[in-house]
Amino acid sequence: MRRLKFHPCGNFKESYLSELTVYQTDFGRLWTLAGLFLIFVVIPLISDPYALYVLNIMGIYSIAAIGLNLLIGYTGQISLGHGAFFGVGAYAAAILGTRAGLPFIVTVPAAGFITALVGIVFGLPSARLKHLYLLIATLAGQFIIEYVMVQWDSLTGGAQGIVLPGASLFGIDLGTDKKFFYVVFVSFVAMTWLAVNIVRTRYGRAFIAIRDNDLAAEGMGIPIFRYKLLAFAISSFFAGFSGALFAYYMMAITPEPFNLWLSIEYIAMIIIGGLGSIPGSVFGAVFIVLLNETLTHITDILMNLGTSVGAAITIAPLKEFVFGLAIVIFIIFEPKGIAEVWRIVRSSFRLWPFSY
Amino acid sequence: MEFFLHLLVNGLSLGFLYALSALGFVMIFKSSSVLNLAHGELLAIGAFMFLVLSAWAELPIVLAFVLTLVGTFILGFIIERFFLRPLIGEKLIEVIMLTLGLGIMFRGLLLFIFGGDIHNYPSFLPEGLAIDIGMVSVPSVYVATFIIGILFLIIFGFFFKYSSQGIYMRSVADNQPAALSLGVHVRRVFALSWAIAFIVAAISGIVLGIINGINVHELSAIGLKVFPVVILGGLDSIGGAILGGVIIGLLETFTGGYISTSLREVIPYIVLVFILMVRPYGLFGLVEIERV
Repeated sequence: MRRLKFHPCGNFKESYLSELTVYQTDFGRLWTLAGLFLIFVVIPLISDPYALYVLNIMGIYSIAAIGLNLLIGYTGQISLGHGAFFGVGAYAAAILGTRAGLPFIVTVPAAGFITALVGIVFGLPSARLKHLYLLIATLAGQFIIEYVMVQWDSLTGGAQGIVLPGASLFGIDLGTDKKFFYVVFVSFVAMTWLAVNIVRTRYGRAFIAIRDNDLAAEGMGIPIFRYKLLAFAISSFFAGFSGALFAYYMMAITPEPFNLWLSIEYIAMIIIGGLGSIPGSVFGAVFIVLLNETLTHITDILMNLGTSVGAAITIAPLKEFVFGLAIVIFIIFEPKGIAEVWRIVRSSFRLWPFSY
Repeated sequence: MEFFLHLLVNGLSLGFLYALSALGFVMIFKSSSVLNLAHGELLAIGAFMFLVLSAWAELPIVLAFVLTLVGTFILGFIIERFFLRPLIGEKLIEVIMLTLGLGIMFRGLLLFIFGGDIHNYPSFLPEGLAIDIGMVSVPSVYVATFIIGILFLIIFGFFFKYSSQGIYMRSVADNQPAALSLGVHVRRVFALSWAIAFIVAAISGIVLGIINGINVHELSAIGLKVFPVVILGGLDSIGGAILGGVIIGLLETFTGGYISTSLREVIPYIVLVFILMVRPYGLFGLVEIERV
């Protein structure tokens, strides 16, 4: 067996291939294995149903957040319609599952592809333009998609929404939180693997080149329009995929959750987690879900204290305030988000006692 | 015919409201090329400040109005100092995200203080401004909106074209590093443009509040309605913002009147997507689209 690789005391890379490796040291690999063991063996054993519910939501949101980060963090195009695309995925899965009667394993990826197509429709007018026009087009997309979800009664069931058939995979019913946990986290690992590999290959490098300087990227022969559209389609695919999981997990969907606020939550996730970092998207999703749950609990406790319902109602806007404040603070003080804080903490441990 | 005229007048007045709310947005875009996602909240802050001064503190209307303008001007400076100055020289995308965060923060704060209900100003506009055209009458608020809109158009037109501050602002929007190296005081330009935009937003917010009542949710929704307006008119054109506002307003009321009321809220955004396809620089925008 070869010797374990540790951090070299300098940059000794001799080939592009070694520059591209995912794991610089063997510790990374070991930590990943430990993490996988923790997720798939330890956590399902020790968690109660509520914790599993929170973890499932975190997993689902993480997938969509990774998609959004590929678009905003890596390609530099802002989307204000991620929540709506998440909803498109949910509806696509629901409609395919009920109308066409397709099984779970087909509908979820299909929902991803349908969402990518819808994304391309909204990306087409704006991706060939400079100047953040995609932001405006996706804002329009958000409202148009919401409108279609509510108004196209015959397909989407209008405001009543759609009740999904129970998800089952290879004959196993996925009705419980624990079984769905495995589905969510297998998809999560697969999608993360996909994203990491998109980022480190030619597509990801092209995205980063477009973000850093689009004119230079064009000059180096990257067809920008095609790559911007591709980035948008990939990000929509991630959104649609996780939206489909969300629909199956919730068992029934209405247009209500997929509003502008959800899109803003996604943006908050990746800003707080770290733009241009895949672990960052996961950190952000975890942070936002925890924040949401904590604020809900505080509201509940205030309700139960029974002073008045009024107190609980005045607390509700505080959630928006905290969200906004978190975004502002992270952009001003740590624009690279939690991922950067994490990196600093790690490297100060690594360099101890000589950390600067 | 009467229905048509009624819709026409309603659409025109709504359109001027949109135009008025778009002005502050264009102001910020013209001077720093930032898409201000907090614009609706700026409108709301101005409107609520006037509410507090006029209805709660019961100051005379003119004094309350002047104090609101001074207050928003100072607030504009404060916002620039604490939130935007650290980002000078950073990427545009971060500044835009920051305005998004600021908007959410302000909305939460306003909801926390004033709640989600509709508040109303005491009525104070002179009735003499109202105009009767045959079957339909135009209330004085709309006439005031119209006058304010035209006034702004003239003032800002001259400001950007001839005053040195206006030219500095355009240079900063065009290329920040180049403006810095040529000795333009970028910080001052930013501060001034946010302060002025805040004043414009406050005036628009007050007018909106007189007509519809003041409600945090509604005002922040109008902040997003600004996007179709400015894209139609041209992102950096004051005249375009006014014409775009009028067109969008007419479109909304006629769709609501003749086709369906639910389509009314979405039609501006559908138009927006089409404009992006056909003429992304809008009606009067600078035709300098870099296709990369």
